Amino acid sequence: MSLSVQLQHRLPGIDLDLSFDAPPGVTVLFGRSGSGKTTIVNAVAGLLRPEAGRVAVNDWVLFDIERHQWLPPHKRRLGYIFQEGRLFPHLNVRQNLAYGRWFAPKNARRENPDKVIEMLGVGHLLDRRPARLSGGEKQRVAIGRALLASPRLILADEPLAALDDARKAEILPYFERLRDEVSVPILYVTHAAAEVARLATSVVALQDGKVVRQGPAADVLADPSVAPAGVRAIGAVLKVRVLAHHDDGLTELDANGARLFLPRISHDIGEDLRIRIPAQEVILSKTPPQGLSALNVLSGTVDSIRSGDGPGAIVSVKTPAGIVLARVTRRSVNALGLEAGAPCHAVIKTVALAPQDVGGRIISNE
Amino acid sequence: MDWLGPAEIEALKLSLRVSFWATLATLPFGIFVAYALARWRFPGRQVLNGLVHLPLILPPVVTGYLLLLTFGIQGPVGRLLGEIGIVVAFRWTGAALAAGIMAFPLMVRAIRLSIEAVDPKLEQAGATLGASRAMVFATVTLPMILPGVTAGAILAFAKAMGEFGATITFVSNIPGQTQTLPSAVYAFLQVPGGEAAATRLVIISIIIAMGALLLSEYVGRRAAARVAGT
Repeated sequence: MSLSVQLQHRLPGIDLDLSFDAPPGVTVLFGRSGSGKTTIVNAVAGLLRPEAGRVAVNDWVLFDIERHQWLPPHKRRLGYIFQEGRLFPHLNVRQNLAYGRWFAPKNARRENPDKVIEMLGVGHLLDRRPARLSGGEKQRVAIGRALLASPRLILADEPLAALDDARKAEILPYFERLRDEVSVPILYVTHAAAEVARLATSVVALQDGKVVRQGPAADVLADPSVAPAGVRAIGAVLKVRVLAHHDDGLTELDANGARLFLPRISHDIGEDLRIRIPAQEVILSKTPPQGLSALNVLSGTVDSIRSGDGPGAIVSVKTPAGIVLARVTRRSVNALGLEAGAPCHAVIKTVALAPQDVGGRIISNE
Repeated sequence: MDWLGPAEIEALKLSLRVSFWATLATLPFGIFVAYALARWRFPGRQVLNGLVHLPLILPPVVTGYLLLLTFGIQGPVGRLLGEIGIVVAFRWTGAALAAGIMAFPLMVRAIRLSIEAVDPKLEQAGATLGASRAMVFATVTLPMILPGVTAGAILAFAKAMGEFGATITFVSNIPGQTQTLPSAVYAFLQVPGGEAAATRLVIISIIIAMGALLLSEYVGRRAAARVAGT
């Protein structure tokens, strides 16, 4: 299943003109607020009629303005997970979950309610009204409600933005399970790099209503010319495996032979994870560093150096663990004599591996 | 009820019947007009709003006279209805029509307020989950505005019970046919020695009006709490 989107629409202050194809899996629309992300999702959902464009899931056309085709929202078979949940306050959790399922064609009801309830851990909440749920619980029910409508496409518009960090950490794994266990394509809107790194199969980076870059998360997040959410969002994504939990509160990870340490995480030994290393948390050294407090040193060679208009530059270093990005000044690049092919050492502060940047299991075929 | 005379019981029963049907028959229109005013932007919206409120601001006797001109036996609508065998002039149905029209603005105001309090985003959510417009209304909007609808209906009922000016102008004051509670009070006060009967009816009127008001408050609060899920 894949989704193809072409869209032209004018809003006050922004001119949307874009097209992209979303492969199966999670496609993240990534960009700062005002870049048109929500407009795209609302057009796909049929809540907003764009001036021109066409959206189709495989060969099933949701709308084609030029050919005067327009499916009303209720015929599009979507599961839309809203930022604020939008659970029905007059229905309890059980009735909320059943709502979309009730309208789905009988022969299309794929998802088993008991399985979904178990997957989302909402079994003990079924008789409660939304007013008596926490923010995280509401969002889990919203995910279940969308899923049980047996949608052909799941839309999620900043589903974590209204939650605090602890609740974010609670919900993200459910989206990972959705990605790994449900075969429906997911269009996911966010401006948080950590969510992109953990969830994205493919990223569409948006700026001022245009697609500036599309590709796998590791590539897009590493591209300083994109920086959809500012330079702070630039970072490398590494695949690692949990090796050991040490008594001093650290967890040891294996990144393709290299060792990394980060504050104790709850994942089991042997589990495969994605971690994101923000470029601004990495410093570079020409000689093997000694007498440093940082625990994580990855050695490799400079792959490329990209500088923007400002004083900064993004150096990508090829290490056995994968590409690591470092944000340094251009002055440092000159002083260290960094150039493509030069050996160098990337030093990562342990604390930089924040738990919210630690992702869940990776699909095996990735 | 043996402290009430037969004429008084008749007036009470008639008033209850007139008010019941006036409320029930106008309720669907009330919900529809309230929804249109709250949610749709169309040319003539302000005109519709004004028309709905007209009975509230016009002298009731003017409304009654306009009804007589329109729905009377010689009136344009009255003649049409007469051809298919429906006569409202000087019948209890006419009293119900007058009461319904006089109560309509109160009903619409209460329902409209509750519709405006429903977040359209919830209706959008219903649509994305596969519910058509009508189903969204039936499963999301209507249950959520139920407190307002109930309050509006009870208020309209109370108003209909007390309607006098338009009723007596339109359908006169015929015992057993169009003599409602207020008309009966008025009639008793016109004859010597009628004060006692008038007083009894006045007490009943006060009880019904206060009861309706309290009931409407209570139902509104209960239903609002149910919708809020607390």
